[in-house]
Amino acid sequence: MSLKTKNLEKHFDGVHAVDHLSIEIKPGVITGILGPNGSGKTTLINVISGIHPIDGGEIAIGSQTFSSIKRHEVPDFDITRTFQNVRVFEQMTVMDNLLVILSSRSVLTSLRQRATPKQLDRAQEVLKKVGLWEKRNSLASKLSYGQRKLLEVGRVLAMDKKINLFDEPFAGMFPEMVKRVSGILQNLKQCGKTIVLIEHNMQLIRELCDYVIVMDAGKLLAQGEPEKVLAQKNVIEAYLGE
Amino acid sequence: MDYIFHLTTLSSIFAILAIGLNLVMGYTGLLSVAHAAFYGIGAYASAILMRSQGMNFFVAMGLGVLLSMGVALLIGLVLSRFDGDYYALASLGFNVIVFGIMLNWEELTRGPLGIPGIGKPKLGDHTIFSNMEYFFFTLFFLIIIYLLARLITRSSFGRTLKGIREDETALQVFGYKTVYFKLAVFVIAAGMAAVAGSLYGSYITYIDPKTFIVMESIMIISMIILGGLANNRGAVIGATFFVLLPELLRFAGFPPDIAAHMRQIVYGVLLILLMMYRPQGLFGEYKL
Ligand SMILES: Nc1ncnc2c1ncn2[C@@H]1O[C@H](COP(=O)(O)OP(=O)(O)OP(=O)(O)O)[C@@H](O)[C@H]1O
Ligand SMILES: [Mg+2]
Repeated sequence: MSLKTKNLEKHFDGVHAVDHLSIEIKPGVITGILGPNGSGKTTLINVISGIHPIDGGEIAIGSQTFSSIKRHEVPDFDITRTFQNVRVFEQMTVMDNLLVILSSRSVLTSLRQRATPKQLDRAQEVLKKVGLWEKRNSLASKLSYGQRKLLEVGRVLAMDKKINLFDEPFAGMFPEMVKRVSGILQNLKQCGKTIVLIEHNMQLIRELCDYVIVMDAGKLLAQGEPEKVLAQKNVIEAYLGE
Repeated sequence: MDYIFHLTTLSSIFAILAIGLNLVMGYTGLLSVAHAAFYGIGAYASAILMRSQGMNFFVAMGLGVLLSMGVALLIGLVLSRFDGDYYALASLGFNVIVFGIMLNWEELTRGPLGIPGIGKPKLGDHTIFSNMEYFFFTLFFLIIIYLLARLITRSSFGRTLKGIREDETALQVFGYKTVYFKLAVFVIAAGMAAVAGSLYGSYITYIDPKTFIVMESIMIISMIILGGLANNRGAVIGATFFVLLPELLRFAGFPPDIAAHMRQIVYGVLLILLMMYRPQGLFGEYKL
């Protein structure tokens, strides 16, 4: 399933955070999105995930196009995400953070259920993958920043969606955590998932991404293979100009 | 001894109120200042049905609960447009409206005169009359409500409520229609409050609008803050403490009428101290 934006617009009181942006996220590969601070990367995925309403243009998912997206429908479009400014459920245990992702979305069913064995197994599997199994009974608020970022990644794994949007997942992580998460991303790609990776670290972009999109002031500045794009004069200037 | 049963009966009634509101406020994080309204709807509905229709206590209570839940569904829909401070204010407005109706719809409620002579519950041929009997009767309902709350908070539904409290927007992005969950818990809590209302009316045998003012809602909020948000046991303990506090003051040697006045002040001071030093309450896991 492909994800496209067509002339997408989002502004905040005169700031064009996303400015007539038309891009395509290719299925089954890792697409890096980069650009200087404030270039609209986070806003782009906030709009795609229904956090902010669309101010203009459209989003195409598969064969359908949308000019508005409801948050709770995002998983129906086979999309899930992490948050740059960590948004785990702080005063819940690590385990409950995952179980809430795995449980029923229906009021009546969820009233009748606790965690099913299947959900518990899946939560365990995910927590082991992200390295938080030992922390399962801690409140998320007691985790270090890096561990909370791992929990964000864990929630994405638990959602098990086709299109996975990661907003600077590595920021604030120790090197072993970075290694773990980049392994997870490569693994997702092997499983045929689509991955969007917002990242400032060029080393990681080169290592992980098959394709990159560079944004500047809400607009598309460049796109293509990482090596070529990162060598482009306007891209270097955009970063140096910060 | 009779007086002790009187106090424990009142504690149990307030514990039922606190348990219900704790689901909304402690678990879901919605600061509802309308709980006394549902308490009042339950009390008035069952009092009126028992008096004018000669209805049996249990049937009247059941209908009171249904009415309260129905109203909660409508009000909950309106409240779902608000959050944070606005939610609190809007819910407070609703409590004021319900109070106004109780006060002014005189043909139905007798207005400020209140409704006297509310009947006592009957079990078969036996009327539950003495304070002791009424205490055990109330305790029975408290236990049922407590177990129900425990079932709810331990279910997946309960976990989702906490998720709403922690970050509703994030939860929505993971596919939850949070409005339904908020409505459901609001309606459940309103039903519980109506149970407390029926028990109260039939115990005291008299109700008037003053019992269901906004201040009463704030009192129930204080109970769960004291006991600890998102903790069912804390709600029971907080309610008991609040009911017993004036008695404790009397034991401490204050004359009864001064103790009654001091009560308000002590409640206020306690709340402020709690907010300063232990915002999660005595047994709570979560800070407002
Ligand atoms: N909720 C908001 N309200 C007002 N302005 C916003 C909001 N979110 C983003 N902006 C503005 O939109 C612009 C783009 O911000 P955005 O967070 O999308 O950038 P970014 O590319 O993710 O930056 P960074 O690399 O620092 O994360 C900035 O000027 C920012 O101040
Ligand atoms: Mg960002």
